[in-house]
Amino acid sequence: MSLYFVQKLLYNLNREPSVQAQFKTDIDTLLAEYNLTDVEKKWLKNGDVGELYIHGVNGQILMHYAAFIGQEWDEYIQAMKDGLSKYGQVRDGIYKAVDDGHGGAV
Amino acid sequence: MALVFAGICSHGPGITGRAERADPALRDPFYAALDSLRQDIEESGAEALVVIAAEHFANFFMNNMPSFAVGMGEEYEGPIEDPDWLKIARTKIPGAPELSERIVTEMMQTVDLAYAKEWRMDHGIMVPLNFLTPRYDMPIIPANINCQGPPLAPLSRAYEFGRALRRACDLVPEKIAVMGTGGISHWPATPNSGKINEAWDREYLDAWAANDKARLLSYTDEDTLREAGQGGFEIRTLTAISGLCEGSKGTVRYAEPIPIFSTMCVAGVMDI
Repeated sequence: MSLYFVQKLLYNLNREPSVQAQFKTDIDTLLAEYNLTDVEKKWLKNGDVGELYIHGVNGQILMHYAAFIGQEWDEYIQAMKDGLSKYGQVRDGIYKAVDDGHGGAV
Repeated sequence: MALVFAGICSHGPGITGRAERADPALRDPFYAALDSLRQDIEESGAEALVVIAAEHFANFFMNNMPSFAVGMGEEYEGPIEDPDWLKIARTKIPGAPELSERIVTEMMQTVDLAYAKEWRMDHGIMVPLNFLTPRYDMPIIPANINCQGPPLAPLSRAYEFGRALRRACDLVPEKIAVMGTGGISHWPATPNSGKINEAWDREYLDAWAANDKARLLSYTDEDTLREAGQGGFEIRTLTAISGLCEGSKGTVRYAEPIPIFSTMCVAGVMDI
């Protein structure tokens, strides 16, 4: 997991209209600009908020990505809960230290 | 002139973005308390408003993250988020670059900070401005404290940031208002969003109102993370106001948990 580069891509996506446009029209070229693994590219292409959350993406970045791909607030929260249920506790990032990585699992 | 107003408030994006989902019995008195701050700022004759906010990965990333930053732009734009998501229309906001440069120069005598001539305001500043300067006609000086991406500057340095800002305000001829805006306990944008440790929050606010430096600086990040979530790191923005107003007492005008806003919603003022 190259958490830093996943978050950097999402940081740029949240800020830049040109990156948002490229995400929609030429996502493969965009993803190739970052040092991402194949599975990370898959999560980003598929809008897998649950995987991104349990692998440590900060919510201040992730919530805007979720809105960008069309998730309403409740869908976004549920996607993270589903991630915890399906894949287990948070493995990386700041939330790994919150509630021993189980934050929100109840 | 000097500091003419100092206060604190919450800034969660739900405060505007999910307004219709909040209990009006809680929401409307909170909005009224924010409006009382607006009236106080206007009556103070403030010529510029400094907003000490928490970085949310809007302007700075972990490739170059300042612990403290102050805007020196001529003009700003916000919100950086989707306006439909935040329910605040994107707008231009005037800056005060020459005043800001004088303030930054004085602050640098005792604290290290970054300055930024470009700044796009996120909910951390736009939500407060939506209530405090709704016509977006007051010059704004944005300031950020890194509360999001550890390692974080300790609380003692946030307090000193406030003290340095006070010294700078007292040196310039303009009338300056300052707002600190951040959450207390909260777990924003996570599955625990809406969880609030009310007892922890009230204890912090009690220390804030008493401006009890020893209590305010006694919080450790380890304890805060456990009891107040990662959002609790944002007490740095409120503790900076304590440093700004060292020796003064505060009044909390509103403090009630509003879970759909993801935080204890607060409006308070320092008696300066």
